[in-house]
Amino acid sequence: MTTISDPPKQQFRLSMLLYDTRYRSATIQVLAMFFFMLLAAWLISNTVQNLANLGKPISFGFFSDPSSYDINQRLLEYTSRDSHLRAALIGLLNTLVVAVLGCITATVIGVLVGVLRLSNNWLVARIMTFYVEMFRNIPVLLWIVFAMAILIESLPSPRDFRGDTPSATMDLFDTVAVTNRGVYIPEPLFSRSLGDVHLLGDSSLRFDVSLDLIAILVVLGCSIYAMRKVSARANRIQEQTGERPTIWYIELGILCVPMLILLVILGFHLGYPALKGFNFSGGIHLRNSLIALWLALSLYTAAFIAEIVRGGILAVSKGQSEAAAALGLRPGKIMRLVILPQALRMIIPPMISNYLNLTKNSSLAIAVGYMDITGTLGGITMNQTGRELECVLLLMLVYLTISLCISGVMNWYNKRVKLVER
Amino acid sequence: MKKTVFFGAVTVASLAAGAAAAGTLDDVKARGTLNCGVSTGLAGFSAPDANGEWKGFDVAVCRALAAAVLNDPSAVEFVPTTGKTRFTALASGEIDVLARNTTWTFSRDVDLKFEFIGVNYYDGQGFLVPKELGVSSAKELDGATVCIQTGTTTELNLADFFRSNNISYEPVPVETNAEGQQQYLAGACDSYTTDASGLAATRASFEDPSAHVILPEIISKEPLGPLVRHGDNDWGDVVRWTLNALIAAEEYGVTSTNLSELASGTDNPEINRLLGVEGGLGEMLGLDNEWAQRAIAAEGNYGEIFAKNIGETTPIGLARGLNAQWTDGGLLYAPPFR
Repeated sequence: MTTISDPPKQQFRLSMLLYDTRYRSATIQVLAMFFFMLLAAWLISNTVQNLANLGKPISFGFFSDPSSYDINQRLLEYTSRDSHLRAALIGLLNTLVVAVLGCITATVIGVLVGVLRLSNNWLVARIMTFYVEMFRNIPVLLWIVFAMAILIESLPSPRDFRGDTPSATMDLFDTVAVTNRGVYIPEPLFSRSLGDVHLLGDSSLRFDVSLDLIAILVVLGCSIYAMRKVSARANRIQEQTGERPTIWYIELGILCVPMLILLVILGFHLGYPALKGFNFSGGIHLRNSLIALWLALSLYTAAFIAEIVRGGILAVSKGQSEAAAALGLRPGKIMRLVILPQALRMIIPPMISNYLNLTKNSSLAIAVGYMDITGTLGGITMNQTGRELECVLLLMLVYLTISLCISGVMNWYNKRVKLVER
Repeated sequence: MKKTVFFGAVTVASLAAGAAAAGTLDDVKARGTLNCGVSTGLAGFSAPDANGEWKGFDVAVCRALAAAVLNDPSAVEFVPTTGKTRFTALASGEIDVLARNTTWTFSRDVDLKFEFIGVNYYDGQGFLVPKELGVSSAKELDGATVCIQTGTTTELNLADFFRSNNISYEPVPVETNAEGQQQYLAGACDSYTTDASGLAATRASFEDPSAHVILPEIISKEPLGPLVRHGDNDWGDVVRWTLNALIAAEEYGVTSTNLSELASGTDNPEINRLLGVEGGLGEMLGLDNEWAQRAIAAEGNYGEIFAKNIGETTPIGLARGLNAQWTDGGLLYAPPFR
C-alpha cells in the first residue's frame, strides 16, 4: 500500500492573482495592457470627436480630386489634372529613386573608405579619417543644403551656353551638359521600338512597361544563364582533368553578341541634349535637387558605413590574415577572399539600420525642392487640401512599409551569409 | 512601432483640436502678448530690420491689433511661417492671427476652416525675369524654368496658366522667398513667380533692380488678408474691425498726427463712433472704447502704413492702384461704423 498521495489541490482564489507569484506578473501585464488600450481609445475617440466638431471628419475622398499642381521630376506620366493619389505615387517613386541610388552609392563609398582607413599608407588612412569625421559630425540637412548651394552657385546656367562665344561648353565630346539646373546626359532611344504596354487602364496607379526593356532583360537573363552553364562545365572538366579550359572569350561572346544583335534590331541610338529655348532639351535631365540630395545622403551615410566596415574587419582575428598570407595570398586577395566574407556577418545587421536611416533622411528632400513623397503627399497635397491627419498617417504608413521591406530583404541576406559560414 | 507612431500623431491632433476650442480673445488678454504669424522675410511686408525688430505692411496689422487688444503695439510675438507651415500653425493654435500675404480662397475659407477677416492688399500673380532674356510676355516663357514657392495658390495658378496656354515649363519648388531669390539670381531658374507685390519687394532688394522686369501679365486674383481660425467669431470680429478701423481712418482723414485732436470730439459722428467718443462700439467687441484710437496710433491709418512700408517713396515703390480708397477709384471699402 502506498503512502504517497497527491498534494492537496489548492482551490483557486481571486486574491492569488495578486499574491501568488505564479499569476502576479500576468495580472500586471493584463492590467497595463488594459490601461494602455483605454488611453489609446480615449485619444482616438477624442481626435475623431474633435475633428468632427471642427467639421473635418476623417476621410480620404480628396485623393480622387485633381491635384492641380505640377511635379518637375516624374517617372510616370503626370499632369496637374491627375489626382492627388497619382501625385503621391509620383512622389513615392521619387523617394524610392533617391533611396536606391543613395544606398548603392553609400555602400560602395563606405566599403571603400572603411577598407582604406585601415591602409598602411599614412596619408590615405588620414584622409579617410578626415572624411569620416567631417561627414558624420555635421547634420545631413546642412550637407544637403550645402551641396545644393554649390551646384547652383558654381555651375554655369543654360544661358551661358548660348551665343557665338559662350562662356560654358558641353563636356565629353558635346554629349553632357553640366548646368546649375542639373546635368543633362544622353538618353537611350530605339528607332524600331516594340512600344509600351499600358497597365491598369485609366486608374490613378496606371503605368507603362516598355517592351524594349523587357526584351533586353530577357536576353540578359538568358545570357547569364548560359554563362553559368559554361562555367559549370569548365568546373567539371577541371575536376576531372585538373586543367581548366579557357572560357573567358566564350563567356564574353555569350554576354555581348545576343545583346548587340538585339540592340541593332531595336535600332538603338543615343539622344543627345541640345540647347533649345530657355533650357536644354533631349537627353536625361538629372535635376540638381536630385544630385544634391543623392550626393549628400550617400556621402553622409557612407561615413557611418565606413566605420561599420572598419569595425567588422578589425573584428576578424589577425590570425586569419596571417594564415592567408602564409598560404601566399596577396593583400588584395586576402581582403576579398578571407577577411570581407567573415566581416560581412558583423557588418550586415548595423548596415540595415543605415539603409533605413538613409531612406528616412531622404524626407529632407524638400530643403532642396526635390519632390519626394514628403513634398507631394506630405507637402503640397496636405497644404492644399488641409487634410493633415490623413496625409501624415498615410505618409507614416508609406515610410513604414518601405522600411519594413528593406529590413526584410536585408534580414534574408543576413541569413544567407550566416549559412555560408560554419 | 506602427501603433506607437499612430498614437503619437493622434495625440498631436487631439491637443491641436483642444487648443482651438477656447476663446482666443481671452487667451490673448491673459497671455499679454499676441502671437502673430508672418512670413519668413519679405521686404516691406514682414521682415526684421537691422535691430531685429519686425517691420512691414503685414506686421503693422499685428501691431495695430496688439495695440487695440493689449494697449501695447510691441506686445506681439512674431512667428515666422513658410507657405507650407502657416496653416498648421494657425489651426494648431500656435498663432492667434496669420498676417502673411495669404490669398483668400473658397477652399481655405470653407474647407480648411479658416476665417478671412478682410483684404488688406489686392494683388495678382506676376512673373519676374531678367531683362537680358528679352522676354516681354509671360506667354513667351515656353520651356522656361520657373521658381515657385511651394504650398501657395500661386503654385496652382502657375499650373493652370501654362496648361491653358498650352505651353510647357519646369517648376522648381522653393520653401521661402529668400531661397527663390537665391536660385533666381544664380540663374537656376529663368523666372520667379509670386504675387506682384512680393515680386516688387523682392526686386527692390536686388543689387541691380533695373536689370529685372516684372512681366505685364497678371495671371490671377490674389486678395491678401489676415485670417483667424473658424469658429471663434468674437476674436474674428476684433481682428476684422481693427483692420476696418485702419481703412476707415484713412477714408475719414484720421491720421496718427491728428488723432489726439480728433479724439476730443468732432462734428462727424462716424469719426466720433470710430474713435469711441460716441456710442460703445469698443465695448461691444469686448474691448474698451479707445481701441481704435490705439490701433491707429500704433502705425498710422491704412494709407500711412502703405506709404511707410511699400508705397511709391520706398524702394519697393508700389502704387496704390486697386488698393486706393473706393472714393479714389480703388477697392478699399470699410463698412460703416454704426
